[in-house]
Amino acid sequence: MSAAGRPFGGERSVILDEVVRLVFHTVLVLAVYLLFAGHNQPGGGFIGGLVAGAALVLRYVAAGQRDADIRGGHEVLLGVGLLVAGGTGVAALLAGDQLFESWTFSEEIPVIGTVKFTAALPFDIGVFLVIVGLVVAVLDSLGREADPDAVDLVELDGVDEVGRGSAR
Amino acid sequence: MALLVLLHAALAATAPLVSRRVGKAVFAWVAVAPLATLVWAGTHAGAVLDGRPVVETAAWVPELGLELAFRLDAFGLVMVGLVSGIALLVFAYCPSYFGARPDLGRFAMYLTAFSGAMLGLVLADNLLLLFVFWELTSITSYLLIGFDDLKESARKAALQALLITGAGGLAMLAGLVLIGQQAGTYSLSAVLADPPTEGAVVAWAVVLVLLGAFTKSAQVPFHAWLPGAMAAPTPVSAYLHSATMVKAGVYLVARFSPAFADVGVWRPLAVGVGVATMLWGGYRALRQHDLKLVLAFGTISQLGFLVALFGWGSSKLLFAGTAMLIAHALFKAALFLVVGVVDHQAHTRDLHRLHALGRRLPVVAAVGGAAALSMAGIPPLLGFVAKEAGFVGFIDAEGVGSSWALGGVVLGSVLTTAYTARFMWGTFWPKPDALDPVGPDVPHPSARFVAPAAVLAGLSLVGGVATGLTDAIVQPAAGALYAPAAEYELHLWPGLGLPLALSALAVAGGLLLFALRRPVERAQLAVARPWTADSVFHSSYAAVLRGARRVTGVVQPGSLMIYLSVVAVSFNINPAVVLVGDVRLPDDVVLAESGFQLVVGLLVLVAAVATVLTRQRFAAVLSLGAVGYGVAVLFVIQGAPDLALTQFLIETVVLVLFLLVLRELPTRFRLRTDRLLQASHAVVALAVGALVFALAVTSLAARRSDPIGPEITARAYPEGGGANVVNVILTDVRAFDTLGEIVVIAVAALGTVALVRAARPGTRATGLRPDADRTIPGSPEVDA
Repeated sequence: MSAAGRPFGGERSVILDEVVRLVFHTVLVLAVYLLFAGHNQPGGGFIGGLVAGAALVLRYVAAGQRDADIRGGHEVLLGVGLLVAGGTGVAALLAGDQLFESWTFSEEIPVIGTVKFTAALPFDIGVFLVIVGLVVAVLDSLGREADPDAVDLVELDGVDEVGRGSAR
Repeated sequence: MALLVLLHAALAATAPLVSRRVGKAVFAWVAVAPLATLVWAGTHAGAVLDGRPVVETAAWVPELGLELAFRLDAFGLVMVGLVSGIALLVFAYCPSYFGARPDLGRFAMYLTAFSGAMLGLVLADNLLLLFVFWELTSITSYLLIGFDDLKESARKAALQALLITGAGGLAMLAGLVLIGQQAGTYSLSAVLADPPTEGAVVAWAVVLVLLGAFTKSAQVPFHAWLPGAMAAPTPVSAYLHSATMVKAGVYLVARFSPAFADVGVWRPLAVGVGVATMLWGGYRALRQHDLKLVLAFGTISQLGFLVALFGWGSSKLLFAGTAMLIAHALFKAALFLVVGVVDHQAHTRDLHRLHALGRRLPVVAAVGGAAALSMAGIPPLLGFVAKEAGFVGFIDAEGVGSSWALGGVVLGSVLTTAYTARFMWGTFWPKPDALDPVGPDVPHPSARFVAPAAVLAGLSLVGGVATGLTDAIVQPAAGALYAPAAEYELHLWPGLGLPLALSALAVAGGLLLFALRRPVERAQLAVARPWTADSVFHSSYAAVLRGARRVTGVVQPGSLMIYLSVVAVSFNINPAVVLVGDVRLPDDVVLAESGFQLVVGLLVLVAAVATVLTRQRFAAVLSLGAVGYGVAVLFVIQGAPDLALTQFLIETVVLVLFLLVLRELPTRFRLRTDRLLQASHAVVALAVGALVFALAVTSLAARRSDPIGPEITARAYPEGGGANVVNVILTDVRAFDTLGEIVVIAVAALGTVALVRAARPGTRATGLRPDADRTIPGSPEVDA
């Protein structure tokens, strides 16, 4: 394993790698849970989005930009998020209500039971996507490999030109 | 009628796709729109000419008085006939004019979109809707002028046209709103039927409306954009910049004049500017070498004539104006199409190089000649008949200045004859002394190429000979503007009298001026003008940009320190003034509700002080994070899990992102040596802290109305459908605010990406995915 690409340099820690691998998907599930539960319990799109963002940050700190494969896509996340959130409001308008007038969907579905959600859910999904998009955008732009001249925050011993090149 | 406008939009939208498959046949596809419009207008023509307008209304924004109201009356019918009829001919002309080029679909799209906007403009029966279509024609005109977007001159001309007509459009909007508010309705027909004529507000409103009309119809001193617009392909010049769009201003004057001619300065302003434009445009046309520019300045001149005719507002002149409007559209569109043919065959529009083209292309010369005779006002063409009616109108006009206006119009007609002669001579006459002559061996154009111009020229002839036929259209059209105007008739033979004498004078004077063309040109060149309308536009444009740069330099110095100080100081001053004037202390200030709170509060304080005192950036960020976590703990103690959760997550994510930025910065803060500056920073910081503390303590006591919290809590579940009140507030009660916030977040994210890309040396802000610019500065390219 090489140190190249890790945001704060240093040797890759096997323990950190494994822990991140274990918890990453769990944290994402938690994020989605918070998103859906948010209307009745603590949570919501903003919090869920931040949890998902934190999961990405974790993976990124452990593996670095390249191996974490967090690159690009923030435009799509931001755009779709805004579209979904704004579209929720406009949909109410098109249905003949006021802009952002809320509605409730409640239906008995076999096996699952009563499924109930409101206009807040698609809106919150939009918020969720925008927040994740923000984190991806910042990781993507500010989280490049460190500039050798400027890095003196943490003593780095793994970053050099050779290591940088070999990872590619 | 809304459907017809939508049909234009739909065909415009599909044009690029269609052209990819069928090439030039795309013009047949988009021609369906004007054809359908003409058929539709034809089916209603009988009723409309009989004085029974077709009306169609649908609500759009009723709160603003904005409705999709369309109305086809006889004057509108004339305009629809011109807009859609000439569009059809231009679409028939385009395949011959253009060679095979890949962007014809885009061109067809713009032209069709313009046609739809212009159709909406002449059919709109709502002041605000009229404005919407007005601006749409400005925008489509911008796209068409700048169609050859690789040419800098085209882009500049397009921008100039957009800025001038756009500024006029804004003035017009203000005028229309003032008129609508005074009248109590935004319905055009209702306003004109019962116009508000009293008071200074209306007097100013009409000036603003006239400003809009003047800019759109290229009246002096706003005419500079029209010659520039000749950068557009010739079919565009024929359609927009002679026959239709520039008539929008004339259309507005014609509609408003019967109601507002006596209000304020309407008549002197409209007629004065119109006559001045007629003279100035004719004068300038006498010096041009480019055939398109001769016609462009001629168009300015003719537009001035039309504004003067309609602007006076008397019934006779409204009648004459309507006839002249039709005549001008027919002959000017024909002449531009002829120039397009000549340019296409001879590859030049320089009238000093075209030699004996009339002998080589007799049909084209005949078509151009008929149209030109109409322009010069020679019998038996429609231009003569209409101009006679105009002379009669000014002779019979009552009121101050009518004889001056008559004199101006006659002088303008002299110039018109002169530049018409210059145009005909320049295009078709043999010029033995021409350098590098072009002409005797140009290829013959196809019949399809010449046919559209021939149709228009033929109509100019028929309209002049068969005055009864023309009357059948012009009378109801003028009557739709102002009922008494339907009483008059056009005369091919006006009888010996002053009007005929004036026409003869115009022709004789014009020919004399043409005979003296070389001295006239020399005299024009000799008269030095320190500035032109064009140069005034460009220097004021440059001045605005300079001023903007200077203002930006002052308010955006780029120093984070200055930004923060300005924000902090103004934040301090405003509430502090209120606080000092009206301090209320709450009855019971509780220091802490539990010992736990006290401990956490102390830890937060320590971390805050440490943040300020440390010289290490890294340590500062960590202690700032500690402050945030401490506050989150306080939220937990208070029983606000949502707030606490959010706060914890924000602190965590921000901490990491902060560290990412810190990698690019020196480890330690720079030591400030300037003690005074440091002291002032300390003062500002302490003042902000003190103010926030004071606000926190006093704001609870400052409550004057009942809190809305209980109501929101009570309504959250029944109406918002959620038990988590915080979430219901965010996603329902103030969903619009939340939408605004996530828009800000998205913009900030995109801004961050763009700034980082721009700041990274050796890479360009290309807008590509980051993979495209992964070259690391200072290291060799590693991508294989």
